[in-house]
Amino acid sequence: MDASMLGMWTFLITEVLFFGGMFAAYAVYRAMYPGAFESTSEYMDVVLGGTNTAVLICSSLTMVLAVRAAQLSRRNELIRYLLLTMVFGSVFLVIKGFEYHSKWVEHLVPGFNFQYKPEYYAHNAQILFFLYFCMTGMHALHMIVGLGLLTYLVIQAYRRVFNANYFSPVEMIGLYWHFVDVVWIFLFPLLYLIGHRK
Amino acid sequence: MSAHHSPIPKVRTLVSVWIALLVLTVTTTSVSYLELGEFNVIVALLIAVTKASLVAWVFMGVRYTTSLTKLFVVAGLVWLSILLAITYADYSSRHWTYQAQPWSNTKAGGG
Repeated sequence: MDASMLGMWTFLITEVLFFGGMFAAYAVYRAMYPGAFESTSEYMDVVLGGTNTAVLICSSLTMVLAVRAAQLSRRNELIRYLLLTMVFGSVFLVIKGFEYHSKWVEHLVPGFNFQYKPEYYAHNAQILFFLYFCMTGMHALHMIVGLGLLTYLVIQAYRRVFNANYFSPVEMIGLYWHFVDVVWIFLFPLLYLIGHRK
Repeated sequence: MSAHHSPIPKVRTLVSVWIALLVLTVTTTSVSYLELGEFNVIVALLIAVTKASLVAWVFMGVRYTTSLTKLFVVAGLVWLSILLAITYADYSSRHWTYQAQPWSNTKAGGG
């Protein structure tokens, strides 16, 4: 248990540094073009972003309850919480999909006929939307991988693989899922909440 | 695989953390509408760090892990802070202009 835990954390640290590079790019460009970055808040949907934050927090709760159910050898409860976690994860991705769609419709996808008002911010605001799609896109990809891993857990749980003596896969994938939640906890204020006070 | 040593978390603890995370989400959203100048970003990041710490400490069970795992987690955060701090220090100081001081050796053509 200790070895797999340490290995999983080592992997998660590489993930922290992977996302860290994008956060560093964000910090640099936001310091360079504060006005342009703050002006983008008008185009971000705080209600959808906030809802998604809450949805991910709920999915983290159901994930940790799934691990607890495995620890207590409660198979049906484990399957129920894993499925619930997958439902929350899917809701997140569907909402994200709607957001991407409206960005596409509003010509806010960088490179593809990007249009922005006020126009003097267009060039620098495009940098933020580039970062927005990189960061939320990589995050969404991690969510999709997580849903695949959860599907595997549900199948294994159905086959009665997990019990109080063996549940490391549930715990490790749980760590991964919480990590993805933590990434979003930082993305939400940095991408959605920068310019409301104006 | 041997039985897990870590204690089973109480549902009450997990639900309390969940409520705290939701309350902090509402807080950070509300605060973003107030004009606090420099403090807007500071408050937003402090709340995000608090939320991330709650998730790591309770949901990810860092509190139950071995000292070695805790050391790895802290080491990861140290590397992250090096990445962020040095990159930011570089870019934020690039526009600083060189000004000759009385003690600087201008003939050597250093600056």
